[in-house]
Amino acid sequence: MAETAYLLLRHRDIPNLKKMDVYRANGGFEAFQKALMTMQPGEVVAAVKNSGLRGRGGAGFPTGVKWSFLPNNIFPHYVAANADESEPGTFKDREILENNPYQFLEGLMLTSYAVQANDAYIYLRGEFWQIAKQIDACIASLESAGLLGDSILGSSYRLRIHTHLGAGAYICGEETALLESIEGKLGQPRLRPPFPAVAGLYNKPTVINNVETLTNVPLIITHGAQWYRSFGTEKSPGVKIFSLSGNVNRPGNYELPLGTTFRELIYTHGGGITDGRKVKAILPAGASSSILQGTDAVLDTPMDYESVAAIGSALGSASIIVVDESTNIAHLVHNTVHFFKHESCGKCTPCREGTYWMAHLLDHIIEGKAHQEDIDLLNEVASQIQGKCLCALGEFSIMAVLSGIKQYRSDFETLVAKEG
Amino acid sequence: MVNLTIDGKLVTVKEGTLVVDAARQIGVDIPVFCYHPKMEPVGMCRMCLVDIGRPMIDRTTGQPVREVDGSPRIQFMPKLETACTTPVSEGMVVVTESAKIKASRKEVLEFILTSHPLDCPICDKGGECPLQNLTMAYGPGKSRFLFDDKMHNQKHVPLGDLILLDRERCIQCGRCVRFQDTVVDDPVISFYMRGRALEIVTHSEPGFDSIFSGNTTDICPVGALTTIDFHFKARPWELKSVASICTHCPVGCNLALNVRREAAVGGKVVVKRVMPRQNESVNEIWICDKGRFAHHYEASPARLNQPLLRKQGKHIPVSWDEALDFAAEKIKHAGNRLLTLAGGRLSNEDFYNLHRLTTARHGKPTLATYMAGGDLTGKLGLTPGSNLADLGKGSAILVAACDLHEEAPIWWLRVKQAAQRGATLVVANPRSTRLDLYASHRLMYAYGSESEAILSLLPVASGSAAAKSLAEAENLVIFFGSEGLGLEGSARLARACAELLIQTGHTGKPNNGLVGVWHSPNLQGAWDIGFRPNPSLVEDIRSLAGEGAAYIVAADPAGDDPELADALKQAGTVIVQDLFYTETARMADLVLPAAAFTERDGTYTSGERRVQRFYPAVTPLTGPLPDFAIAAKIAARLGVNLEAQFAPLIMLKSIANDIPDYAGISYPRLAEVKPQYPILGRMDVYYGGTSYDNQHGLGITLPNAAMRRETLDLPPMIPTSQQHLGDVFLAPITRLYDQGITLQPSHLLDARKTQPVLGIHPRAAAALALSEGERVAIEQTGRRFEAAIHLDNTIPYETGRVIYLTLPRSCRLPANQPGWVTLNKITNQLPVEG
Repeated sequence: MAETAYLLLRHRDIPNLKKMDVYRANGGFEAFQKALMTMQPGEVVAAVKNSGLRGRGGAGFPTGVKWSFLPNNIFPHYVAANADESEPGTFKDREILENNPYQFLEGLMLTSYAVQANDAYIYLRGEFWQIAKQIDACIASLESAGLLGDSILGSSYRLRIHTHLGAGAYICGEETALLESIEGKLGQPRLRPPFPAVAGLYNKPTVINNVETLTNVPLIITHGAQWYRSFGTEKSPGVKIFSLSGNVNRPGNYELPLGTTFRELIYTHGGGITDGRKVKAILPAGASSSILQGTDAVLDTPMDYESVAAIGSALGSASIIVVDESTNIAHLVHNTVHFFKHESCGKCTPCREGTYWMAHLLDHIIEGKAHQEDIDLLNEVASQIQGKCLCALGEFSIMAVLSGIKQYRSDFETLVAKEG
Repeated sequence: MVNLTIDGKLVTVKEGTLVVDAARQIGVDIPVFCYHPKMEPVGMCRMCLVDIGRPMIDRTTGQPVREVDGSPRIQFMPKLETACTTPVSEGMVVVTESAKIKASRKEVLEFILTSHPLDCPICDKGGECPLQNLTMAYGPGKSRFLFDDKMHNQKHVPLGDLILLDRERCIQCGRCVRFQDTVVDDPVISFYMRGRALEIVTHSEPGFDSIFSGNTTDICPVGALTTIDFHFKARPWELKSVASICTHCPVGCNLALNVRREAAVGGKVVVKRVMPRQNESVNEIWICDKGRFAHHYEASPARLNQPLLRKQGKHIPVSWDEALDFAAEKIKHAGNRLLTLAGGRLSNEDFYNLHRLTTARHGKPTLATYMAGGDLTGKLGLTPGSNLADLGKGSAILVAACDLHEEAPIWWLRVKQAAQRGATLVVANPRSTRLDLYASHRLMYAYGSESEAILSLLPVASGSAAAKSLAEAENLVIFFGSEGLGLEGSARLARACAELLIQTGHTGKPNNGLVGVWHSPNLQGAWDIGFRPNPSLVEDIRSLAGEGAAYIVAADPAGDDPELADALKQAGTVIVQDLFYTETARMADLVLPAAAFTERDGTYTSGERRVQRFYPAVTPLTGPLPDFAIAAKIAARLGVNLEAQFAPLIMLKSIANDIPDYAGISYPRLAEVKPQYPILGRMDVYYGGTSYDNQHGLGITLPNAAMRRETLDLPPMIPTSQQHLGDVFLAPITRLYDQGITLQPSHLLDARKTQPVLGIHPRAAAALALSEGERVAIEQTGRRFEAAIHLDNTIPYETGRVIYLTLPRSCRLPANQPGWVTLNKITNQLPVEG
């Protein structure tokens, strides 16, 4: 695979990369061919394990390790690509799918080969229906080219890829809800254990990877794990697409090595803050983040999984939402909570009832109808959701609330009704 | 076995046990809403959060880390865990009582209550509501949620014609959805929408189309699902629970009749609702909707309330003395020309007295039934120690000539579950039925060749896969019914089934034997006591002309069959003893009002030959007497001294003395209970639902000749006549909701009651140029009737072969006799006047 300035957003260097002939002319499917012809599935798993690639969907779990959990005495295995990109502020997978679809598909094919799956599913959020059409066309051309189907490239390996559109639910990006949805059921998370690696899609061992994660795989197979480790940090190797949004001059996707600082992203790449104002707060993982204050210490923190966690938040899917001084944090929290209330699946009590309650409290605060003690109540309601939910959605719903009240209490206080 | 500590108490439980169930075994209550011990856990409600620690393992050595005192160091998880989804593990330490857990429970309850309407004062569930109880125990006294922020949803939404849903009260635990989906496989309700808008909807037409729907109201942990039958009828704390047995089919489901003294009917105690009573060997904690909703007949205003004597052609109310004198006089003069025809609704005590009276007069104790084989089930019935719940991998079940889903729903459920656990299920029926879905082997035969079909399963070298699997099974239970069969056919079928059990060595041991799918609750008891069906009943009744007497108890031969009605006209005296003024009663010289099962006590013997007791529940009507008492009073006038006129207790003693299989049966033994799992029915109700604890006995399964290794002395096998005597064969079938007298007064089931239609395969109908709804005339020996055509592709049809018609029994058309009929199109139909 030819080296360009970009590893994932290679279409920015190579025009028409979304066309199969262009992609092939630029080294496309060489990795897949290499794996199929010269590598055992286990070697592909080992290569990805050694590369240190971590899941880009948010949790940052080591991808190769995840693959190695699949038991080799239960078949069939399935692979599901998570293209349900729904985190507010995240728009990286969309760019890949729209402009560099074959690199993603090649990654999916490599993953399927690595875990010996003969069927792979791409779960796309419902709003991506046009992308789904495009992906379907890509799959069709791969089939006519003999890269998908039975005995691929003359080998005994067969693979089919299917697309599946969601119906507009954020929760279906949660991997077990995603599986339920593919199975035609109501999109609600499953109980774990059993984990999908053991009992996933149709109760069979299943790997679920994010689009961006998969798009990394061809590079690792072509260039090797050591090469891949030359990017990023020791524990967070590789590059990451940072979706930058909020009060910045140049919002957009930025592919940078993991470990790049917030300051570099916001000021060097993002062109600084609108009207030269100061950074007030950063949500590093979209609506699911604890809010980081725009201090120098935070701005100089490298954006890798460990460093962001160390300052009390999470890198997640790296949707960096920047908020400047002109914004009242209570309004921001009002927005995130309404999002979670709207997206709560309703399966577990604390999330279903808690997000509804928090949304009402924040409505009262925003409307100036609340009192001081309502801020405390909001804080308590958020605290009593914490640690009780069935899946991460409920736990994420309180991040902005707790960190917002803790760090920006005065923003809330200016909105509540004056006593007397 | 796994050892763990819960709140400092050591407990040893089976591997795989969930923490919540382990705790319950030592009396530690972990509150739950969504968890139900009969279903897989889902961990949704988060009420059961507890602190769980496990022994810490040193990663380098693999050895447990020890404290200074040598005890294993316990590592607790940072978050609380759901006790309902966590299986026990060795050395686990569970803490259910701590400030943290107290707070957690209070917080979860506060969340649940934010959306709850708190309308307990007008809620049917108030008083037996898990949410109410758990809130009292663990909840906050006061909500911090603004009342005006509550989401308002629809109240009393009819999900169907039996079940109401209150969407405000629903806490989205999904017990009902999971019950319908995983327990009874009728996934007709489900969740719709998401978040706070998540709600239960039905998507069947008609709504909530399931014969088990009532159970969801028992397991609903709030007042979201209630039955229309009980809606606003009483408060649970006003109700007393009386142990009873269902009278609608041979399963013998254990019931709790909920009764209350009712001002509106003059202070009488009446049944307000019917609930299941836990018996893990019979119905577990479930009952079907017929058992739950078809109880109204016992309190019907149409009940007979005084003896009626025919004087100058008219039925005139008379005193019991006059009535009994008349009966005794007529029976006396009848001599040995007394025919006592009794139906399977009677208790063992009734049958016993009627049998004693009849045989003392050298009369003929005759069973009113179209199904034979009770002699064989008596010899080869399910052996004590059997439980359908024990059948699984390695066991086999054969279901022959019946549609269990319609005829005995709880057996259907338990057979289905056995098949799902891995038991081999062979379904032999001419028509496809709901059980086919779970069958390992499906044996479709033509109506009329039932016994040949069963004999084809005998273990021979060239046997089919089905035959092999039956022969090799460790256990074999055979259910046989009467689909398309009369007395002769069912006798042959039972004999063939007995042969199969004997030849495959499946007799006389637990979890093996023959079960009759009777059409009444106590036909097995009747057979055991000595009543027998009579293949020449018409002739025998005709021969009662002159001085002869027909004493007809709990049976309506004239209503069932015009030929019998005709014969009864020739009988010298007809005495009818019943609950209702039946067709036969209308023809009678004397009508005697009998007490309903709710007004007295007695015992029934189920199809599994389990003897179970029912208790008096309501204030009896003043007029009627129990059937056994009427028989005893008549007998007394004839100088036959039957010990008991009023106390079934003494009769049960006599039964135990006289009938060898019943030896040792007594009220104390019938009342024995032993611990059952899951542990249900405590005051808390949160765990298993409103199912009632069984404190009144689990019943006793009768021994049989096979287990005593006695010579079985079976009747010879008679080959079926394969001769075709026509082109059209009429096969009677049994439907759950028929139009029999015990169902008629339950009007809330009206929409579900089976119509008297002739089922025919659409292609067969096309061949005869018949269309849906078209009326045709059927002629069968001695009878002619008209009925509408109903197209049904479950009915067999092969082009150019016999045309099969099905006709539901007890639906106001004579449908008890299978056979060759003539089908005539009704031409020149006169225009309807009016």
